[in-house]
Amino acid sequence: MQTVNLRNLSELELKPIRDGFGEGFLNIGAAIPDVIGLNADLTESVRMHLFEEKYPERFFQVGICEQNMAGVAAGMALSGKIPYMGSFANFSPGRNYDQIRTSICMMNANVKIVSSHAGFSHGSDGITVQMLEDIAMMRSLPNMTVLVPADAYQAMQMAEAAATIEGPVYLRLGRSETPLLFAEGTPFVPGEAQLLRDGSHVTIFAAGYLVFRALLAADNLHKQGIEAQVINIHTIKPLDEASVLAAAAKTGAVVTAEEAQVNGGLGGAIAEVLGRKLPTPMEMVAVMDQFGETGTTMDLNKSRNLMEDDIVAAVLHVLERKSA
Amino acid sequence: MDVKDLQLKANSIRKSIVTMLNAAGSGHPGGAMGIADVLTFLYFSEMRVNPKDPHMSDRDRFVLSAAHMVPGLYATLAEAGFFPKEELTTLRKFGSRLEGHTVRNLDIGVETTGGSLGQGVSIACGMAAAAKVDGASWRTYCIVGDGESNEGSVWEAALFGSKFELDNLVFIIDRNNIQLSGTGQEVMPLDPVADKWRAFNWNVIEIDGNSFDDIAGAFRTAREVKHRPTCIVANTVPGKGVSFMENKAEWHGKTPDDEQTKQALAELDSLNANG
Repeated sequence: MQTVNLRNLSELELKPIRDGFGEGFLNIGAAIPDVIGLNADLTESVRMHLFEEKYPERFFQVGICEQNMAGVAAGMALSGKIPYMGSFANFSPGRNYDQIRTSICMMNANVKIVSSHAGFSHGSDGITVQMLEDIAMMRSLPNMTVLVPADAYQAMQMAEAAATIEGPVYLRLGRSETPLLFAEGTPFVPGEAQLLRDGSHVTIFAAGYLVFRALLAADNLHKQGIEAQVINIHTIKPLDEASVLAAAAKTGAVVTAEEAQVNGGLGGAIAEVLGRKLPTPMEMVAVMDQFGETGTTMDLNKSRNLMEDDIVAAVLHVLERKSA
Repeated sequence: MDVKDLQLKANSIRKSIVTMLNAAGSGHPGGAMGIADVLTFLYFSEMRVNPKDPHMSDRDRFVLSAAHMVPGLYATLAEAGFFPKEELTTLRKFGSRLEGHTVRNLDIGVETTGGSLGQGVSIACGMAAAAKVDGASWRTYCIVGDGESNEGSVWEAALFGSKFELDNLVFIIDRNNIQLSGTGQEVMPLDPVADKWRAFNWNVIEIDGNSFDDIAGAFRTAREVKHRPTCIVANTVPGKGVSFMENKAEWHGKTPDDEQTKQALAELDSLNANG
């Protein structure tokens, strides 16, 4: 497990996670001429416009055709290219799951699926756009790597690193203004969990926007005399099982936190490992098998119990079970 | 290769299709028999492929989007020397390289994994677009089922192909009018199919897909047309070459028993003698 020094979070700087992706995609496009951009009429929304402007000969506006986009990307990958295909998460992988399964994953095609507006990050667009099932869908597929950045800086690093991962990658982006957590130069290693804060009483495994709230929750818990270990699971698949097991063995109590359905997401991934190898009292902060509703990102996170107070409550609950 | 030689090859391929489906006990003979002439022309006349070097980087790409026609592809690849003909009877058996729908394996000349309709068309578009980006000379060919064209994604690919002016791409629509549940007209009418592709701005050529003269002319024209992809609407006879299979929807997805196999092989042999 990688130990990470965080920025000074008392002076918050906000940046949408998708903006970090856009910068990283431009960087990797400059470094690797085989990188191709594909987008289904949401180019600026997924922050692919910087690449499009710089490399128009390597950018394909495919129209509102997510199924075709996935197959085209597969065909390009089989021809030596490294295509990044962008849309909203509810459309891709929401609409083109079969193409991702058959044309991409079954051939281990080197396609990078970049999907923005995941979770409740564009709540006011309504429930169809609020994609909460994508992590479960993508982590169920053999050959797929699933990446969920915790801030814009990490999203930039993931955009660059995805090209070096041989095979399909799902990169989940949010639209929201998100606190920058990582200092410049913080390394990112796919598949290696990041220890953001150490503690001995309980482990909080978090992903995406909820990493920041897990850190806030750990601050609150510290004031109550509870030391929480906070671990960023930026790579949900392949899961860093060794770090998960070591953390659970150390603290004996686990909470997971994510902006996704409880069914088959980060919590499910951790539970699968612990259930098989080290049964540990565990609570999950996630969306509890329901769809959203209209509202701001914050309205929805509050109403679905995804806030730092909810993480604190889950910790207190799991500690009761640990001591029982 | 002249027409007589192509006919002999196609007949040999049809015999392989019958034999392998009899051995497999399940699979799709109708479409495979009907498209055998197009496959023969592609592998013995049209495409730049080398069975001795199946990974050759500048090979032409072939995508079987209607992947249930795979017995036809396997029989053609074996005929061309990509793998021994003896292997054909392992079709669909545990441990075989020859699955019931295509699985990418360049060692035996199979470019793509298929079996979910409406996807190979997109893969073929991506291959052709990648060749354009690289300025490469290799071409991409894709056989599409007429029933497969029920899938909306086929028409997404049609939009893409014309937008990006993929004149290095040829689709062959196997217009045999049968699908699993009955005729195309019963399941989902497609006509006027050629006009549909014309409306999507493709270069459309309608042919008798069981005539080598027609097939050769269509592929020749496809090479000459610039800035537009070509769609060859190949009217084929499903089950071609075997009297009791021809134009019978029931032979889309059932296999011949031993007696039927004997009769089918005898009929195909007599075609050779008469040809």
